[in-house]
Amino acid sequence: MEITVTVNGQQHRRSIEPRVLLAYFLRDELSLTGTHLGCDTSNCGACVVWLDGVPVKSCTVLAAMADGKEVRTVESLAQNGKLDPVQQGFIRCHGAQCGFCTPGMLMTARWLLDRDPNPSEERIREAISGQLCRCTGYENIVRAVRWAAEHERRDEVTS
Amino acid sequence: MSDTLEGTAHGNGSAYGSQPRKEDARFVRGLGTFVDDLALPGMLHGAVLRSPLAHAKVVSVDASAALAHPKVKAVITGETLAQRGMAWMPTPSHDTQAVLATDKVRFQGQEVAFVVAEDRYAARDALELIDVEYEPLPAVVDARQALSPDAPVVRDDRPGQENNHIFDWESGDAQRVAEVFAEADVVVEQDMLYPRVHPAPLETCGIVADMDPVSERLTVWSTAQAPHTHRSLYAQLTGIPEHRIRVIAKDIGGGFGNKVGVYPGYVCAIVASMITGCPVKWIEDRSENLMSTAFARDYHMRGEIAARADGTILGLRVRVLADHGAFNATAQPSRFPAGFFGVFTGSYDLQAAHCAVTGVYTNKAPGGVAYSCSFRITEAVYLVERMVDLLAGELDMDPAELRMRNLLRPEQFPYDTATGWRYDSGDYPRALAKALELAKYDDLRAEQAARRERGELMGIGLSFFTEAVGAGPRKYMDMFGFGMADGAELRIHPSGTAVVRLSCMSQGQGHETTFAQLVAQELGIGVDAVDVVQGDTDHTPFGVGTYGSRSIAVSGAAVVTVARQVRERARLIAAAMLEVSPDDLEWGDGRWFVRGDEELGYTLAEIARVAHSSFEPPEGVDAHLNAVTVYNPPNLTFPFGAYLCVVDVDPDTGQVKVRRFVAVDDCGVRINPMIVDGQIHRGLADGIGMALMEQIAFDADGNHLGGSFMDYLLPTALECPSWELGQTVTPSPHHPVGAKGIGEAATVGSPAAVVNAVMDALRPYGVRHADMPLTPAAVWRAIQGRPLRSDVAIT
Ligand code: FES
Ligand code: FES
Repeated sequence: MEITVTVNGQQHRRSIEPRVLLAYFLRDELSLTGTHLGCDTSNCGACVVWLDGVPVKSCTVLAAMADGKEVRTVESLAQNGKLDPVQQGFIRCHGAQCGFCTPGMLMTARWLLDRDPNPSEERIREAISGQLCRCTGYENIVRAVRWAAEHERRDEVTS
Repeated sequence: MSDTLEGTAHGNGSAYGSQPRKEDARFVRGLGTFVDDLALPGMLHGAVLRSPLAHAKVVSVDASAALAHPKVKAVITGETLAQRGMAWMPTPSHDTQAVLATDKVRFQGQEVAFVVAEDRYAARDALELIDVEYEPLPAVVDARQALSPDAPVVRDDRPGQENNHIFDWESGDAQRVAEVFAEADVVVEQDMLYPRVHPAPLETCGIVADMDPVSERLTVWSTAQAPHTHRSLYAQLTGIPEHRIRVIAKDIGGGFGNKVGVYPGYVCAIVASMITGCPVKWIEDRSENLMSTAFARDYHMRGEIAARADGTILGLRVRVLADHGAFNATAQPSRFPAGFFGVFTGSYDLQAAHCAVTGVYTNKAPGGVAYSCSFRITEAVYLVERMVDLLAGELDMDPAELRMRNLLRPEQFPYDTATGWRYDSGDYPRALAKALELAKYDDLRAEQAARRERGELMGIGLSFFTEAVGAGPRKYMDMFGFGMADGAELRIHPSGTAVVRLSCMSQGQGHETTFAQLVAQELGIGVDAVDVVQGDTDHTPFGVGTYGSRSIAVSGAAVVTVARQVRERARLIAAAMLEVSPDDLEWGDGRWFVRGDEELGYTLAEIARVAHSSFEPPEGVDAHLNAVTVYNPPNLTFPFGAYLCVVDVDPDTGQVKVRRFVAVDDCGVRINPMIVDGQIHRGLADGIGMALMEQIAFDADGNHLGGSFMDYLLPTALECPSWELGQTVTPSPHHPVGAKGIGEAATVGSPAAVVNAVMDALRPYGVRHADMPLTPAAVWRAIQGRPLRSDVAIT
């Protein structure tokens, strides 16, 4: 089947097998390998991307379901060579170790901060609770998101 | 938050200290290169057909329908491999493992055939077209039944193997233990199971194999914690000479021991590439990962601890039944069949100790040493720390006081244990005191008493652990026959920047940063001026890899050694430049300068430029600045720590909530404290996972009951508290910078603290022990007086 998906602002038209998962479409068809797969059961969230502005587990979405829609992946977070504050937070606070869960975590973190610019630690933990990290014990991911929140608000004040 | 990142140094001052990691620039952009990210032209995709049965004769494998699939390029069966003499491969424990089954399948999920197709979907489709006829056999699933005379024999392929016995191993002095037990006022005994768990790194295992038929060179990209040993094994199996095999590990998405060994899927992908002449990718899915790759633990233990009435611990006796699964593929130094379980005497001054371990085959997946266990020290620490708590209960003594009374004292180091280990350094009472202080222990006990009055179940659990890491002296320790020493190579470029090559391989530990800091510190150059190369057998010196917390302890020492060698050569060249004797030079602030006249001197960069110029170096001194070494550790290093966990238990549901976790770690000198803390956070989460959630269980027929993250539960951000860390620093006396290693300390130390806390909470019910994982059901059953698996007799 033919689908047209806008990914990170760019339109792609492809002919695919109807059963192809969005995660594999992004990775294999578009070579956007920042989106990872860590399970087959919607448990790990390494594959989280945005579909029309909402985080989804792209291992559980058919590429066909993204037809006519907008997808945003980790590759879009940095704009004009400048890292998004959540990316900076992950660097500053050691929110990534092996880096495998990181793209999914970043996409959820960005979505959270867009809705709640000052989330509590509990809110952050809840937001990422559908995702697994085997390396960080979550502590520094939480701190990284808090760092981003604090710096975004500070920037708003100064700009 | 920025306070965690102080201490960045460039050139002057200390290069140690918390600083952001070099590797993160790519990770936060989604630009890491994990093995499944590779796409080579013409690449084919492999999929493994696995046994649905735990034990069965393979009568026939018919792949004709699969071969007729339009996208299928090849199907490899046990037969195909047998023709090439590759149906079996050696394990690190002097055993063999089937690559693809030829005679029998011996665990559910065992590899039976390998399909190669144009894409990953087609490869999976074709698996369904392979027709395997099995003749089911009774399975032995319970290790306690494995040695009974009527148990089915798992390994009838082994000449002379008539039962499921693998080994008996003992350590310590049984006679002496009997004597101290006879003198004891109190002896406490407990059976406990350390359940089978799985490291489950977020990235599963995978490979891309590319055999170039023209140059006859094999290139392998894979998730390899030990690239050099993988290469040697591939050479041995395929007959391709070692120098024509290159193993590359780019980014690895967590390993924790899961990626030390060579798996059948890797070998199949290599054979598939040899047969088809195309690159072949094989990426296992999560179920395959949980069902077939290295599990951890599965130790049935009986502990007995003897003490005087005043709480002086006299001795410890342990009996272990070790379930090694269908193939003895535990990845550990080959002369240590029970890993380093011999350190089960823990952190205490015992008069005598003895353990006896029996390993058995069962119809379960192979493995045993993995999941950040420091070669079975997780099991050892869990055993001794549970026994000490049980003793405290028996004596009605506070468990902190009992530990304080028996901990080794600083003046006893170096300390020779009752089982023959020499602990290098430590100040144990200081670490425990610090943990108690951080936690406000007395207040916690007062709170607990008040809550108990109200019928609330609050528990406080302690553990104190000593690890033995950095294997090893190569004389005693080898992997796959390779002595456990590690190489390092350092080259200074003409401009004074550097490249250092490691034999170990990061899976998230931040080697690119920490090892650059080590070099920068020794040479007074910027951390950014040092490139770290790892995970490529063509471009790194030989060594046995990263596991057992050995990177800093062994490779780190190698790197410091080459940096110091380069610094010494720079001194000789600087002396010639200054026309003084090398003895007149002093090193400081990244320069060699004339003692007494600081103005007269050169930085390493200045010396490097001259060393590469037409300047004639002194007689006998090589031009350029470079060095190579192999570091053979004189002893292991012994990190230690004191952990305290506070839990609340819901008496109606059995739900455990970890409220606080205080961890005081001593891993010697810390190079990048930010990374060290991150390593500890990870291990603490492991502890919560193992103590409360994780278990690979089987039914009586050997069906695997934990084949996905829906069944094999891992802790999320909601189960983990905000970790409270403290530290003490006791340098290792024999490591060149006093570092000890931190990769596994918290995984080793934390489960016992969580379990001790839950048992403490359940004390009002008279519960002595319940086995991990302490799921709500397990806790509820314990409260009802019907613990799920405790007091299981082993003989
Ligand atoms: S890969 Fe999508 S949730 Fe795990
Ligand atoms: S950083 Fe490795 S899984 Fe999260």
